[in-house]
Amino acid sequence: MDGYSADEMMTVAAARELRDGEVCFVGIGLPSTAANLARGRHAPGVVLIYESGTIGSKPTRLPLSIGDGDLAETADAVVPVPEIFNYWLQGGRIDVGFLGAAQIDRQGNLNSTVIGSYDEPKVRLPGAGGAPEIAALTKRVITIIRQSERTFVDELDFKTSLGADDQVVITDLGVLRRVEGELVMTALHPGVTAEQAREATGWDLEVAAGVETTEAPTEDELAALRELKSA
Amino acid sequence: MAEVTSLKDAIAALVHDGDSVALEGFTHLIPFAAGHEIVRQGRRELELIRMTPDLIYDQMIGMGCARKLVFSYAGNPGVGSLHRVRDAIEKGWPAPLEIEEHTHAGMANRYAAGAARLPFAVLKGYTGTDLVPHTRVEPIECPFTGEVVNAVPALRPDVAIVHAQQADRKGNVQLWGILGIQKEAVLAADRALVTVEEIVDELEPRPGAIVLPSWAVSAVAEAPHGASPSYAHGYYDRDNDFYKAWDGISRDRDTFLSWAERWTATAPTR
Repeated sequence: MDGYSADEMMTVAAARELRDGEVCFVGIGLPSTAANLARGRHAPGVVLIYESGTIGSKPTRLPLSIGDGDLAETADAVVPVPEIFNYWLQGGRIDVGFLGAAQIDRQGNLNSTVIGSYDEPKVRLPGAGGAPEIAALTKRVITIIRQSERTFVDELDFKTSLGADDQVVITDLGVLRRVEGELVMTALHPGVTAEQAREATGWDLEVAAGVETTEAPTEDELAALRELKSA
Repeated sequence: MAEVTSLKDAIAALVHDGDSVALEGFTHLIPFAAGHEIVRQGRRELELIRMTPDLIYDQMIGMGCARKLVFSYAGNPGVGSLHRVRDAIEKGWPAPLEIEEHTHAGMANRYAAGAARLPFAVLKGYTGTDLVPHTRVEPIECPFTGEVVNAVPALRPDVAIVHAQQADRKGNVQLWGILGIQKEAVLAADRALVTVEEIVDELEPRPGAIVLPSWAVSAVAEAPHGASPSYAHGYYDRDNDFYKAWDGISRDRDTFLSWAERWTATAPTR
């Protein structure tokens, strides 16, 4: 690829999924980067909620954790943790959940708990955090995850969070959407072939008949992303 | 009434071997000074409870304080793994670590039920996940509508420890910024210690702050900079560089031990 990395393509494509005015529960890392890129460009009215209880955060630089001071200082409101999960998330007031994971399966279920067996783990991952409830209780889920045979698996080592009816998965190779309970590759990033996507998937991946090509990141998008990351 | 005392005396009086102990603070106001004092006093066999174990439990577990960890997210946010927690779970070093894990929503509701002296809390979530066979959660039917929700047991720690910005000389406490789960943890526990950035003559009321009256707290101890490398809103920022550096310090057992010796064992007692 010329002029941009696969990760930059992935982050820009994920940011484009977020619509202006939506209320979005954001995970840390790639989801937070993409959500703030969207907020700085086409979705200035997006409401970002972090699980530390900050509602409407407008961070001036990317937070390292979900509770950096900037998130509270720029928020419309700061509420205690039981309230953010019970009244706001479980109360059905959040449109979009924006999540990462270590593994995903064909139904869009996510693993962020363990690689290997639970009792004798090969790699112990951080665990659930807010993800299971965010996946189950928002109206739409955006998942961002790099696509490889290690991450796109036929069987998860642990089902931490369930796939959602309305779910889009953005990878470094393309875009998948859940159709009738199963992920279908609906777009490939520029220069990526269907064969490459299939090879990077641990199950028999369905590629949509009219699979689209993602629009490459514009100069503006790239500049905004790089500025955000260097701030 | 809270006794206003030194951190050393407060830990000696309130935290005993084998206790269940919750050091709370959600990214903000993590009571590092108190955790280090627990290490320094050589407490063992603790059941450590915390939504996000963070660096503080990575340090305490690496130093052999714990037999069990109750948690919902054991990572170094934005950086990666908690290597000492992983080493204990994966390899049993320095001692085997029993774990009980939940979701954030589950842990938050467990504390709230404990504070209200209810036996359990109910919530949606958990259903269909592999957490169900691996943790303490049970479906329960609403007696009014028949809707099935999930029950999680209340948390009732022996001791809760939180850090706040200020207390007055009577031991009334005020904290503000990200509020986390501190109020629930304090009220769920049998005993509670609050460390503070400073003791002031009079607390100035702040909108949105949590006030813990002196009579709801066992002890208050002054510990300036006691939340570092996390942060205290209005006092100092999160030391993100240290959170990143921790990945290298904690990855290797010997590097970790030499760090711990310098910083927790020989650091001056407050």
